[in-house]
Amino acid sequence: MLHNMLASLVDLNNTGHYLHWGFIQLSVANAVVIGLMVVVFALAVLVPFRHRRSR
Amino acid sequence: MSTDITTDAVAGIEEGARPLPGDERMWTARLRGYLVRALPPGKLLPDRQPSYVSSWVYVFGVITMAALTMIILTGAVLVLKGPSWWHVSSAGLFVNSMHLWSVEVFFFFMVLHLWGKFFMAAWRGNRKLTWITGVVCFLISIGAAFTGYLSQQNFDSQWISTQAKDGLNSTGVGAFFNVLNFGQMLIWHVLLLPVVVVVILALHLLMVRHRGVVRPLPRTKADRGAPQHTRSRQSSPPDATTAAAGGSATGSSDGDR
Repeated sequence: MLHNMLASLVDLNNTGHYLHWGFIQLSVANAVVIGLMVVVFALAVLVPFRHRRSR
Repeated sequence: MSTDITTDAVAGIEEGARPLPGDERMWTARLRGYLVRALPPGKLLPDRQPSYVSSWVYVFGVITMAALTMIILTGAVLVLKGPSWWHVSSAGLFVNSMHLWSVEVFFFFMVLHLWGKFFMAAWRGNRKLTWITGVVCFLISIGAAFTGYLSQQNFDSQWISTQAKDGLNSTGVGAFFNVLNFGQMLIWHVLLLPVVVVVILALHLLMVRHRGVVRPLPRTKADRGAPQHTRSRQSSPPDATTAAAGGSATGSSDGDR
């Protein structure tokens, strides 16, 4: 069940999708990962870090 | 009561490092003295951190190390069981996937750690070698990951190796780094490169402990000339400490600019 759901979202049995900007070629999968990294970095900067105690 | 025990323990370490009269010139005594001065126990394993370490940005390095621990543990199991196990059995596929996803987490957070340290100019305050060892560790990790893809023993690794050989041979390294030689790539992946990564990471960490975590960049032009404890818009002085993970409360007194 879970396997079928994931397979429908990410089809690994066919050729991947690529983005092209001139000589730059980037797979959609890598672009998604880079986007996630930017989001996580922004959250790490903006979200306050809660700690137990300070003095 | 507990304070007395802690104080006694620290005093005992310092006392134990002191050479006997007449032994001061021995190389062992001098090396021990240097190491104790450079990395006293309070710096090596501090209880408190500077207040500016209270940020999620400082967690990236810790997550990277946690991922490396998982990579080594799952990798050790894979080496012991072999490809006929990791390709066929359910447990083998699970451990193989854990190994792969630990690598994904490792690089994801290693690059975020790199971004964070770049934007805070973490090489300030005589921390150049800390920065350089981090970069070298990153580059060698890419080689370790590459040889891991070559060691999968499937069609994917065959495709990667045959594609990579032409590029590597064009640089001349193919004479001693043959990506089509599975035995050679496996040894690079499971022994040589992991050892180098772990050793450089240990040096990197010891340097962080020795120098302390770099202070944040000043927020305004006026702050650049002001004493660090009077900088504006800080809820607490930079020297204030907090119980948190990562970094060192000591060793940050040297110039950061």
